[in-house]
Amino acid sequence: MDVAWEMFLLKVFYGILALVAILTFAAYAVLAERKVSAWIQGRVGPNRTTLPIVGDIPILGPFLRSLGLFQPMADGLKFLFKEEMCPGQVNRFHYHLAPILALIPALSVLAVVPFGQYVASTGADPIPLVLADLDIGILLIFALSSLGVYGIVLAGWASNSKYPFLGGVRASAQMISFELAMGLSVLPVFLWVNEPGSIGGLNLARVVDWQDNGWGMIFVQPVSALVFLVALFAESNRLPFDMPESETDLVGGFHTEYGAFKFGLFFTAEYAHVIVGSAIFALLFLGGWHFLPGVEDPWPIGWSGAALSFLWFALKTFAMSFLFIWVRWTLPRFRYDQVMKLGWGKLLPLALGNLLLYAVLASWMG
Amino acid sequence: MNEEILFYLFSTLMLFGGSAVVLSRNPVNAALYMILALVSLAVLFLTLDAFFLAALQVLVYAGAVMVLFLFVIMMLDVDLRERSRPNIMAAALGLVTTGAVVAILLTWVGEGSTIRPSVGSVPTPGNPLAFVTGSKAFGYALLTKYMLPIQVAGFLLLVAMVGAILLGRRTKLKSSEGKDGS
Amino acid sequence: MDGVLGIEEYLVVASILFCIGLLGVILRRNVLLILMCLELMLNAVNLALVAFARYSGNMDGVILTFFAITVAAAEVAIGLAILVALYRRRKSIFLQDLNLLGR
Repeated sequence: MDVAWEMFLLKVFYGILALVAILTFAAYAVLAERKVSAWIQGRVGPNRTTLPIVGDIPILGPFLRSLGLFQPMADGLKFLFKEEMCPGQVNRFHYHLAPILALIPALSVLAVVPFGQYVASTGADPIPLVLADLDIGILLIFALSSLGVYGIVLAGWASNSKYPFLGGVRASAQMISFELAMGLSVLPVFLWVNEPGSIGGLNLARVVDWQDNGWGMIFVQPVSALVFLVALFAESNRLPFDMPESETDLVGGFHTEYGAFKFGLFFTAEYAHVIVGSAIFALLFLGGWHFLPGVEDPWPIGWSGAALSFLWFALKTFAMSFLFIWVRWTLPRFRYDQVMKLGWGKLLPLALGNLLLYAVLASWMG
Repeated sequence: MNEEILFYLFSTLMLFGGSAVVLSRNPVNAALYMILALVSLAVLFLTLDAFFLAALQVLVYAGAVMVLFLFVIMMLDVDLRERSRPNIMAAALGLVTTGAVVAILLTWVGEGSTIRPSVGSVPTPGNPLAFVTGSKAFGYALLTKYMLPIQVAGFLLLVAMVGAILLGRRTKLKSSEGKDGS
Repeated sequence: MDGVLGIEEYLVVASILFCIGLLGVILRRNVLLILMCLELMLNAVNLALVAFARYSGNMDGVILTFFAITVAAAEVAIGLAILVALYRRRKSIFLQDLNLLGR
């Protein structure tokens, strides 16, 4: 057992921990979606599911039940134990490959997302908590998440049926259109962070370090934040841009022919996208794990401080996820040509102009 | 050692993907194998310490170019399987030639392995164009030695965009003109 | 082949990939697939370039690959646009149907 081997095992352990965490978050994001949508529409939402022993505790049990906290377990079991259907007309190999291809990129992005900081002693530099502290962080995130579209496109094509097919075609066009605006909206942020003489690079933790006074990047670059947010909604295929699965005109879109566990994988991938997207927005524009604007970070030295910084960051991420859900149940869906026009005609010029503006500003300020 | 494992695993995968592109009858299959080959190539870039390029490879090739291919395959939506057999003579000649080239190359492997120079992570002021793993070197090289090429590349992309839009619209314009005339 | 990886291994893999791509261009009749095989050849060259850059210890090969990727993206955009225009005219993307000059 040498040190390298131990490091490897440690990384595997943390990787598994991160996967478990994100899958749990995704499951509870589904619950949050159902509860928030119910709240917005004046309904109650899931409040019936219960566990045998925990649910029988006098006051706590019914309270947890009314919150619907056991619902995700029931949902997960349902997906797992339903009969695995495979429609007759599908292209079998690709049909089974598609949900896997959809989930893998959504989860592997986690490796480069920092989620907190650890300060060893007073005055020491904070160490970001991240699985892989890479120089090319954001680029890798874009690269991996751009692979996520294959799951959708392939599902649409392999289903061999017209509505999923339309969904798949829409997904590919939408992904190409919005990826451009997304990349361009992030450039000014890194232009701002990488002052002359610094190490430079596309590391996410460095952006967070830059915001250590608590003032998020959103106050410095509101337009970048806006473009990034809109592109994020479009990339994660959430309403008002859920063209690939718009259920009113495409039945279920790309996953019309899917059921049981394979549908569950698509579902998990969507919510994992939402959570990772929220996390990245929080890192880039909301100051990551740093405390309120103008207030020094109150995190103590050592692991308790690391845990607190993670919790604060998680809070910001959940707030962003709430925004995702809120928008979904408030705004109507765009028409497909409107989505394309928005992407190419408005968002792209806006992002380009924004980049130019900040490039000029940066050179003017030296 | 790790690099070697990665190299042999992913070069095998890449060559398998590449051959499958050539051999597969269904264009969608070919596109998928192509993605496999491109992602494996990105991993080979990683073993060569070109991290920025690996991310770029996945982002541009696997992420955008192949989506474009799939989009076109789906948009044409016809039976794209080839109906005619390939020319036997051409096939035989091609196989023999490429086989000979590969055989010659394989005899060459292992003869006096070149030593891999060690690399830093950020460019040094003394030798800013030396190979480094960090992405800063890209910015430095692109804005000094390669200033003109990058502007030409930007212009090329603009031309390509205009050209693609024009090519995509032409038939539409023709048909509408025809309607006006009739 | 024991010990550290030499540049030869990378070059051999790159040339094999190049040959595969070339074979594809010669053998296939579908213009879409020919474009894909062209991309394979380009990628093989990219691999060789990066290997050269890594072993000679300067950045030029990597930058050249960067430009190659840019040009390839432009090339594919134009190539596919031509392909779609071609399909609209001839209702086929097979080489044997595009022999107007030969007749």
